[in-house]
Amino acid sequence: MNQKKSKVPMIVTLFLIAAIYIAVFIAEQTLPSTSMLFTVLKKGAVYALVAVSMNLLNGFTGIFSLGQAGFMLVGAYVYGIFTIPVAQRAAVYQYFDGGIVQFTVPLVVAMILSGLAAAFFAFLIGLPVLRLKSDYLAIATLGFAEIIRAIFQWNGLGPVTNGSNMLRGFPNFNDFNITDGNGNVTVYLSTLIPFIIAGVCILLIVLLINSSYGRALKAIRDDEVAAEAMGINLAHHKRLAFCISSFFAGVGGAMLAMYQTTVQAKSFTSAMTYEILLIVVIGGIGSVTGSVFSSFLFVACSEWWLRFLDEKQLIGDFEVPLLRTGFRMVVFSVIIMIVVLFFRRGIMGDKELPDLLSRRAAKKGRAVK
Amino acid sequence: MKKLIALVLAVMMLVPAFAMAEDVIKIGVYEPASGSNGAGGKQETLGVQYANQETPTVKIGDTEYKVELVIADNGSENDKAPSAAQQIISAGASIALGSYGSGVSIAGSDYFKNANIPVIGLTCTNPQVTAGNTHYFRVCFLDPFQGTVLANYAFNTLGVKTAYCLGELGNDYDQGLIEYFKQSFEKLGGTVFKEDFPSKTQDFTSYLSNAVAYGAEVFFCPVSIEYSTLIIQTASAQGLEMPILGGDTLDSNKVAEAATGTNIKVIITTFYQEGANEKFDNGFKAWLNSDAEAMTNNGGNDMIAAVSVMGYDGYYMALEALKNAGSTDGAAVMAALPTTEIDGVSGHIKFDDTGDAIRTSAFVKTINNETGAWEFVAEQSVE
Amino acid sequence: MWDTIFPYLLSGVSVGGQYALIAIGYTMVYGILRLINFAHGDVFMVAGIIMVYLAASGLPLWLCIPLVLLITVAVGFLIERAAYKPLRSAPRMSVMISAIGVSYTLQNLVLYITGGLNKQYPTIPWISETMAIGAAKTKVVTVITPFLVIALVVALVLLINKTKIGMAMRAVSKDFETSQLMGIKINNVISATFIIGSFLAGVGSILFFTNYPTVIQTSGAMPGLKAFVAAVFGGIGSIPGAVIGAFIIGIMENIIKGLDVILFKLGIIAQPVGLATFSDAFTFALLIIILIVKPTGLFGEKVTDKV
Repeated sequence: MNQKKSKVPMIVTLFLIAAIYIAVFIAEQTLPSTSMLFTVLKKGAVYALVAVSMNLLNGFTGIFSLGQAGFMLVGAYVYGIFTIPVAQRAAVYQYFDGGIVQFTVPLVVAMILSGLAAAFFAFLIGLPVLRLKSDYLAIATLGFAEIIRAIFQWNGLGPVTNGSNMLRGFPNFNDFNITDGNGNVTVYLSTLIPFIIAGVCILLIVLLINSSYGRALKAIRDDEVAAEAMGINLAHHKRLAFCISSFFAGVGGAMLAMYQTTVQAKSFTSAMTYEILLIVVIGGIGSVTGSVFSSFLFVACSEWWLRFLDEKQLIGDFEVPLLRTGFRMVVFSVIIMIVVLFFRRGIMGDKELPDLLSRRAAKKGRAVK
Repeated sequence: MKKLIALVLAVMMLVPAFAMAEDVIKIGVYEPASGSNGAGGKQETLGVQYANQETPTVKIGDTEYKVELVIADNGSENDKAPSAAQQIISAGASIALGSYGSGVSIAGSDYFKNANIPVIGLTCTNPQVTAGNTHYFRVCFLDPFQGTVLANYAFNTLGVKTAYCLGELGNDYDQGLIEYFKQSFEKLGGTVFKEDFPSKTQDFTSYLSNAVAYGAEVFFCPVSIEYSTLIIQTASAQGLEMPILGGDTLDSNKVAEAATGTNIKVIITTFYQEGANEKFDNGFKAWLNSDAEAMTNNGGNDMIAAVSVMGYDGYYMALEALKNAGSTDGAAVMAALPTTEIDGVSGHIKFDDTGDAIRTSAFVKTINNETGAWEFVAEQSVE
Repeated sequence: MWDTIFPYLLSGVSVGGQYALIAIGYTMVYGILRLINFAHGDVFMVAGIIMVYLAASGLPLWLCIPLVLLITVAVGFLIERAAYKPLRSAPRMSVMISAIGVSYTLQNLVLYITGGLNKQYPTIPWISETMAIGAAKTKVVTVITPFLVIALVVALVLLINKTKIGMAMRAVSKDFETSQLMGIKINNVISATFIIGSFLAGVGSILFFTNYPTVIQTSGAMPGLKAFVAAVFGGIGSIPGAVIGAFIIGIMENIIKGLDVILFKLGIIAQPVGLATFSDAFTFALLIIILIVKPTGLFGEKVTDKV
């Protein structure tokens, strides 16, 4: 099948992606850095990675997990704990005498550690939980996320986690900007770097999905019993998918920490998981492109384009009714319910960008004939 | 699909055009309007809005500028702080005011710093807000001071030796103030038992039982308005006999309402006592009574919250700094702030080297359980 | 020692009773539709908000209470018709996502209506009054909750075992398709389930918010999740199981909040160690343990999954 497919859509896709990266780079050098566009792009990149990692489980393996926020929390904390400059620790860990971790590791190492820590937690959780069936699994992973949150908030672990207090002062996206001696920014990279990190991670996930492992995962999703009969080791594959997904959720958590500039356990609630789940659903369960696309759409709408719904608007002397705090979220919810009920396949269904392009090409071809 | 992309692109083209009208200067109001600090944040915003309608223009250099407030809701949540800060920054504000709650102030801090916009903290009392940076200032007193005042008051005036402290997990204000209270109280020779509750807790019965079981004589809970009203109501149902002690967050008409008709004694420290400045009091009340929306945001009556006063003073501080800077540029305003002084409603305001207002006294107030009004007890200072 | 522990037991029994009323809704819906109705906790919260607004509109309380129950029932019924019925033949995951969507919608709707601020719950006479039990003082509602719960459960069990609709419910929960073939109007049965569940959630909300009198859009989330855990713990589909599970969870949760004090009194620790942090997490730990050790819960029937 795959060999017969035309290579053209694939190449076009690669060009498109390259073009997006170049556009981001150029935009960053030319537009004012305070523009809302960059906030959306940065947060969108973070959410894209997290959404794709959730899709790997929910869409490609058929494991309905609701533990995403918990793994992000682990990633964000590990990143923070290992990168806060030693000089700042006394101020950050003010109630715990500066904490017991008194060294830092390079940023890339910290990010990988974030992922590994999340994967390790996933491994531990997966041992008992992955045996459960669909909704029991969902509720168990949700519960685990809550347990992780309580553990990280516990004052007993304060010297490591700073208890329930926030971690801050670690390198964030703005530190990627290249500055001259006077502290003036010469090259802006604060948006491009998160794009690159998320891009590399998503690429790895795509490669996994298209490997023989990925096909095994899809087989499990479609029919567990049949997959097992075909000689696929269910437990092994599920655990692997769970750990890999959590690894990337952990990296996503570290990126979220960089985006927010502070980390605190109390913000990683189940509401965060639901939000990511809804992004995946809007994008299309089982489509990486869909998840990425809907992440940016979701973030842009909630942070930027639909903001006006939360404020009073006057058209001439006429005050538009209904608009006040919270209306944006109501509109959002209605859109989501419409997608969930009537467009269950989301924006992309299970199609990817190359599929879309090739279908277009095929249609055109037919039309010509 | 194509249509969708076209639509998205079209919207993207339209939105970023932030046309700056001439002679308008923007002041960001970075306050919670929802969440657990929403009620307090709204009252603080009211102070700013009142000051703004009293003095809607400012003369910078030779130009008269109209002041426009950019009000952004940080939702009392640290993870919503970046969006709110960014909203103010992208609107092109020259200076920002806020926030109620130290956690969100710290969480939004770096965004303002990177955009070179100075911020005047109104009632964020945690020392970490201004420590180690040059862009964050504040007009209120600090927690080490407030904690000491409360500890002294509890130990010396109330004569209690054992205190039970309850704070919200992950709330920098609660945790900080309790820590400073604990240090001072223990130094005086008292015993402190401290516990935390998870966010969104509604059931405080067990925590109140804990306080009793520990043999505490005072219940110190410097938590948000929402939690403290619940604690007072539950305490009343359980017949709690010890007084409840709180920080500036409890200075709210909602808290007073909750304690009305109960036997719970509530004692707090705060920034302002109604009656200290007649002109402000009368003006503010008249404004509240003329504006239905403002009245609702103030919790339905015209009792003056200390946080509104701080909002009012913060606004004038910002205007003064803008005048001194002679420019609307954030960096210039930041440079002008350290030498800016005003005579505010809450007293003379002048910043020290860290950017904190130099304050030497706090008001101690208590609720009259019959009338539901805040009553002045003492003006406390620390030697 | 008894004097120390008693207040925790008291509040545990009260909270447990309120969880129980929510848990019944979960367990009945799961028994019939195999759906975790994530929105159920939010229905409970919506009942609270409706009460706030009805009381604020000046209606007398004796009228408000039946109205609240009526509107809550209508909300539950409409949710089922609008968000679950169209997905009857869809995969279970879709229905669950729809439930999460409904929960998200209800919360945002309430956020919009209230402006994101806590709303003070009206004081209901008599049950809000303070009474003394031994040395402990508490609201009357704390004491009547367990009795009311038991009375409602008895009524419900009678309904399920003695009436025609009850028989239909049992049939549907045993075998969805066969009962459809036998001429049972499945949609009516499902609606009835949602109506009963919402009614009990409404009653639960009156008791709960009388005890802890503020309502905000997130008020229903945690009680909802805990009630669900209670339902699983007791054995999903079993009403007495859900009630017992809820009482156990309510009591354990409050004991954990007081565990530091108890240990302190016993001289084991000198300072609180913050175990109260785990009062919510404990519920989930219990859930995971029960799922691993005895997935059918305390009273659940063994279900074999058909391929």
